[in-house]
Amino acid sequence: MAFIEDLVPLSIVICLFGGIICSAINGRIARRLTITLLGFQIVMNALVLGYTLYLGHEFVYVMGRFPAPWGNELRAGCLEGLMALFFSVIMLLSVTGGIRGQDDDIDPAKMNLYFIMINLMMSSLLALVYTNDLFTAYVFVEINTMAAGALIMIRRNGHTLVAATKYMIMSLLGSGLLLIGISMLYSITGQLLMPDIKEAVAKINASGEYAIPLTVVIGLISVALAIKSALYPFHSWLPEAYGYSTASSSAILSSLVSKGYIFLLIKIFYRVIGLGVMVDHKITNILFIFGIIAMISGSISAIRQTDVRHLIAYSSIAQIGYIYMGIGLGSMAGMVAAIFHIMSHSATKSMLFIAQRGLVEVSGGSKDFSDLKGSAYRNTLAGFAFAVGAFSMVGIPLLSGFTSKVYFAEAAITSVKVKMWIAMITLAVSTILNAVYFIRAVISVYTPRKMEFKDPMYKPARTSAAALVCFVLLNFFLGILSYPIAYTIQTGLGAFG
Amino acid sequence: MSRKRTDYRSTFYSRIENFVNGKEDFLLYKPKGNTEAKQLESLEEELAEAADLLEQREARQKLQDRMAPLDYLKNFHKLYGVVAALVCATMMILLISTVIYLPPFGSPDNPTNNEVIERYIEKGEEETGAVNIVTGLILNYRGFDTMGETHVLFIAASCVMILLLIVEGEEKKSVYANDRYLEPGNDIIIQRVACFLIPVILLFGIYVILNGHLSPGGGFSGGAVIGAGLILHEAAFGFRKTERFFNEHVYKIAKVSALCFYVCCLSYYFYMGAHGYDNHIPLGTPGNIISSGLILFINIFVGTEVACTMYAFYALFRKGGL
Repeated sequence: MAFIEDLVPLSIVICLFGGIICSAINGRIARRLTITLLGFQIVMNALVLGYTLYLGHEFVYVMGRFPAPWGNELRAGCLEGLMALFFSVIMLLSVTGGIRGQDDDIDPAKMNLYFIMINLMMSSLLALVYTNDLFTAYVFVEINTMAAGALIMIRRNGHTLVAATKYMIMSLLGSGLLLIGISMLYSITGQLLMPDIKEAVAKINASGEYAIPLTVVIGLISVALAIKSALYPFHSWLPEAYGYSTASSSAILSSLVSKGYIFLLIKIFYRVIGLGVMVDHKITNILFIFGIIAMISGSISAIRQTDVRHLIAYSSIAQIGYIYMGIGLGSMAGMVAAIFHIMSHSATKSMLFIAQRGLVEVSGGSKDFSDLKGSAYRNTLAGFAFAVGAFSMVGIPLLSGFTSKVYFAEAAITSVKVKMWIAMITLAVSTILNAVYFIRAVISVYTPRKMEFKDPMYKPARTSAAALVCFVLLNFFLGILSYPIAYTIQTGLGAFG
Repeated sequence: MSRKRTDYRSTFYSRIENFVNGKEDFLLYKPKGNTEAKQLESLEEELAEAADLLEQREARQKLQDRMAPLDYLKNFHKLYGVVAALVCATMMILLISTVIYLPPFGSPDNPTNNEVIERYIEKGEEETGAVNIVTGLILNYRGFDTMGETHVLFIAASCVMILLLIVEGEEKKSVYANDRYLEPGNDIIIQRVACFLIPVILLFGIYVILNGHLSPGGGFSGGAVIGAGLILHEAAFGFRKTERFFNEHVYKIAKVSALCFYVCCLSYYFYMGAHGYDNHIPLGTPGNIISSGLILFINIFVGTEVACTMYAFYALFRKGGL
């Protein structure tokens, strides 16, 4: 067994360790420790990805002395490696990009608690990506939920407390439904390991025994993860949670927390229930419809916003709609597009949140567009990054958003007639709506003020500048060199079976 | 510059003057000259009050006028309640009717009675060294899940700290002072009972933890028992006496070291297991206190963590700090 295989559990355990140690040390040291650990994460997960690509097939890591159906195990294929690498990169950039925001918003005596949450969040994301066992997934979903709630409420004001309460209520509802779904699935299959469940489900589906519980299980699990990732009718917690928490938290919530759940859902589609069974139960159609509604309604709500944070938050709802639309197409191409959009949206949304923090900083702390006028001239790099992010969300060529829209369109063309037309028309309409609010935002940020006042003492934080440059490069990378990534996703999904 | 007073008529000296001049009987204590003025004053006051009331009523009316278009929200709230009840009822009916279709409880032909359970029951004692199969299952076979579960407790305690921990100096002092002041503290009945109970509770907790692999119980339940004992001690004797042996410092050291050792133990176990190396930790004779390898130690670590978390919850809710 190669040394690199040990890196999979090590990357999870080392984050847990980081969280434990952060609880005993000073906030600033905790931040340094966390950033160093995240750097290590990137290296480790990159090695795992490289190893799986070199190996050409997945490998299984037995956690302990007993093999899979009795003990726990982790599984790493090229798709898991890619997602883990990507999540750790985004996490590192979001944390470093928002350092000044953290200093302003968080009580220094509670700074170390913030980094406990970051570390445990990272470990839970990695565990969700790598796990091969449904119950392990549930345990780490719990950790993820609590950490996300804490990330919202660490900034102490009335709004964040309300937002955290809303988030906890909705998210715990999702957790509860997920747990009921998993326990029902266990009682009809008798297994918790993903491939074993899939075998049993195929048998059940063929024999027709337990048909009703199986349908209920599929519905419960899909709805639970849709609630947790803020699909359209369950999005009410999202704008406040993204709008008032500190910039790093917003970036992490929008680009990692909800995406981790979506990836888990895709994993359940392929590895637990089987895509064929899912399509037979028509759950993909339901997700497709809600995805379509989310694409339109999220954008329309975003047009009404005058607050930059809320605008980005509502745009997130629309983008999550895109991802569910891709999943709802029920084909391999749709899934590839959805996973690619998970990556492209994460990279763009976290960049927008970090960039808006830079713009708000030079506008006297106001998030309103009337005060943000001309802020791009006061903080050039943040303005540039904001513009790049906005163009990427609209779908300007060379940027990641464009590429993912192309993948969606390709996937839609190969699917059934009705879905094709609905998907294509909604894509077009939603692109126009995106353009309406994002271009307006960029224009207002770049409109010079007559009385331009520039604080000569102001200097953008070096860390956030570095993070923004990396984000912009990542965006161009995803936009231009998308083929190898899409190929890796496709291979990984193929290995999912 | 002396100040000129205008209210001479109502003072004590004016009453003496009136008495001397025979206008007023001092013993009856009736300031005759003042009555008219006072009546006027009270009338004016009443008028002002009436005006205030009128103003308030007008303002309320205005507010009601402005709220009038929102009347449809009343209907919305009624509708909301009805729809919410309907959704809940549908969910209940759906879930309960699904349970009817699930395999019957306790039947030997259930899908859950398969080779997985068989091995746990038949070989559990031999492979893990734990007589209590459940402990062997959660701490050895599925150790990774339980590690996650322990961190759920850890993260919950940290979340409560974010919400309730008071760090600012002044506020902290005042809260501490208030809490000390309000504390019942010297209730002799509770103290006497606690003197008897606390050693028994703590001993029982330690017993449950140490026998986790032999009898029902283990780190989670034993830790909760010890935490309850600490809380009883605090409630009977107050924070000052509890802090002598369990303060923030001790809490941090206990929690961090327990979790660190726990993660280290499991990492060692994962590494050795995954690479197929021999087990260096003897399992001992099943049934002895010192047996079952790492399980005993893991139970102790989990117990420490749970006890710390229980007490931390109580202390954070009581006074916003440990």
